[in-house]
Amino acid sequence: MTDTATKPRSVNRSQMKVSDEVAIEITDMNKWFGTFHVLRDINLTVNQGERIVICGPSGSGKSTLIRCINALEEHQQGKIVVDGTELSNDLKNIDKIRSEVGMCFQHFNLFPHLTILENCTLAPIWVRKTPKREAEETAMYFLEKVKIPDQANKYPGQLSGGQQQRVAIARSLCMRPRIMLFDEPTSALDPEMIKEVLDTMIQLAEEGMTMLCVTHEMGFARQVANRVIFMDAGQIIEQNEPEEFFNNPQSDRTKLFLSQILGH
Amino acid sequence: MSDTHSESALHTAYVRKEMLPERDPPASQKGAVLWMRENLFSSIPNAIMTVVSLYVIYYILAGIGPWMIGGIWDAESLTECRAIRDELYGHGREVACWAVITDRWHQLLFGFYPQDLYWRPILTLALFGVAVAPVLFENAPRPLLIVTAIFPFVAYFLLWGGSVWGPAAVAVGFILAWAILTYTQDILGSLAATLAAIVVPLLYWLYLVGPVAGWLHGLAPIGIEAVGSDEIGGFLLALVIGGTGIILSLPIGILLALGRQSDLFIINKCSVIFIEVIRGVPLIVWLFTASLLLNYFLPPGTNFDLMLRVIIMVTLFASAYIAEVVRGGLAALPRGQYEGADSLGLNYWQSMQLIVLPQALKISIPGIVSTFIGLFKDTTLVVFVGLSDPIGFSNLIRATSEWNGIYWELFIFIGICFWIFCFSMSRYSQWLERKLNTGHR
Repeated sequence: MTDTATKPRSVNRSQMKVSDEVAIEITDMNKWFGTFHVLRDINLTVNQGERIVICGPSGSGKSTLIRCINALEEHQQGKIVVDGTELSNDLKNIDKIRSEVGMCFQHFNLFPHLTILENCTLAPIWVRKTPKREAEETAMYFLEKVKIPDQANKYPGQLSGGQQQRVAIARSLCMRPRIMLFDEPTSALDPEMIKEVLDTMIQLAEEGMTMLCVTHEMGFARQVANRVIFMDAGQIIEQNEPEEFFNNPQSDRTKLFLSQILGH
Repeated sequence: MSDTHSESALHTAYVRKEMLPERDPPASQKGAVLWMRENLFSSIPNAIMTVVSLYVIYYILAGIGPWMIGGIWDAESLTECRAIRDELYGHGREVACWAVITDRWHQLLFGFYPQDLYWRPILTLALFGVAVAPVLFENAPRPLLIVTAIFPFVAYFLLWGGSVWGPAAVAVGFILAWAILTYTQDILGSLAATLAAIVVPLLYWLYLVGPVAGWLHGLAPIGIEAVGSDEIGGFLLALVIGGTGIILSLPIGILLALGRQSDLFIINKCSVIFIEVIRGVPLIVWLFTASLLLNYFLPPGTNFDLMLRVIIMVTLFASAYIAEVVRGGLAALPRGQYEGADSLGLNYWQSMQLIVLPQALKISIPGIVSTFIGLFKDTTLVVFVGLSDPIGFSNLIRATSEWNGIYWELFIFIGICFWIFCFSMSRYSQWLERKLNTGHR
């Protein structure tokens, strides 16, 4: 959308390797909100190391799809297997998957009553039972990685939106996830702060993280993604490599969507 | 159109060459006159309001002040008080007779507690101060939490006296629960261990505490003079009922609030029914239930102390209110906080304990403290079921021939006593709110 104004930095693709190992496998998945059919027959296989951008008009079910992957939303039909564990009603499985899958939200969802450092060490200490000192070292490592180690003892309310989102990314990384989900991570940010968050995400992609991003940042999609998925009305309409997807969209719905978001 | 536009743009075009440095705000005039002009006499209506208010304050103080300050402190009875007053001020002037307080303060504070044992409630109060310090103030030394843990048993022993083995045997039940929870979790699984940790101590308290305590007392008769519940009265009674009610109603209320939010049908409905039934009936009715009806429901032969029954009722009553206040706090939390906690893999109790409750309780502090203050003052209602709280004692004192006919002095004293505690709670809550304020969400 703000494609030109916030062009992310150039990308080093040398480490971005897609392995044969399957990270997420979704088969014939359906979901309803009450009687409203939000997700229809979703089939999606994500390999370890893939960077997938999911786009589509609002209400198309893209956020709901990635929220199903870590069971923030419950699916009613079909099968979701994450890292070899099937999502079922068993709470133990759900907690296990959630601790392996990191997630960043549109509104960051940092814990305002804890400092940045405490936000980052909380889950490692309580879920992974990491000793406090070790958890703090890990947290500082990742805070340095997202370039805000000097804010460690502040509270989230004292940081800018972009800083908060980077903290949220660091907080997820502290759990050493194998997969990262991004739910419109830059939509609530001022244009000037979008770039710093995108740069962090690019850095993550360069290190080979498996990523699923719901985003409208088409520049990011072009540069980083190895696959772009277009969704509408709860279905996957089209998926392709970014070059093909942007330059040669197949379905009319995709063409209309792309003309609307790239046309100005 | 575009021409004129660009032309006018030419005239106003401007490029900043250097940035402006930061400057201090202008020093405003200071001084009492300015303050008065701004705060008291900023406009004609305000000036009129100020003058009227000042007159009202003067009128009230002029009425009450001399009555209070001129009060008589040393007399044996109201009649003597009046005689001294007439002698001092001549006939026709009303002054306070504080002598009733100097004569009977110990009854208002301690009831019929034996005078030579006053050190016990005083020591209990002092220990209470030590015990709550680590709970109320984060920077109090942590080892004090040991005092907090044993305080309930020590307090019971000090206030009621008797054998030391009674409270000690009850305390063992809690150690039992803790041991079961810690050591059998791996063998039984968490659900079975939790159930066992509740059921086993309950059975122990119901059937074993009495014999065990009796047997130990037979072996080593250690104890202090026993004081009956009927001897505990006055402000001491209000503190015991109010304090226990406050301390127990908070955890119970939190559990009820969580229960009301729960997806589990039975737990949800039980919480809702409990809260609505308890809140829907006046406290005084519950107190009569406690004093009159409860005996019908309990197994025959159990003779429950009236004070204990009242404490249970007051606690349950306050819990229902706390539950609703906390529910407000839970509802005010953005959904993202729950999702943030979930997405990190925290389980239900972890996310409640670490993320949700700290924030929800912070939002609920004013409501919680209001409920506590209300509960503390409502303890005066126990006078209707025959317990002698300060109000009850003021009635008793007025029933004596010496002090028949005195009202204001007693109520002012009782009022001040309650006010000190309620005001402290209020100040503490304000301090806590400021301390917990970590900026906007």
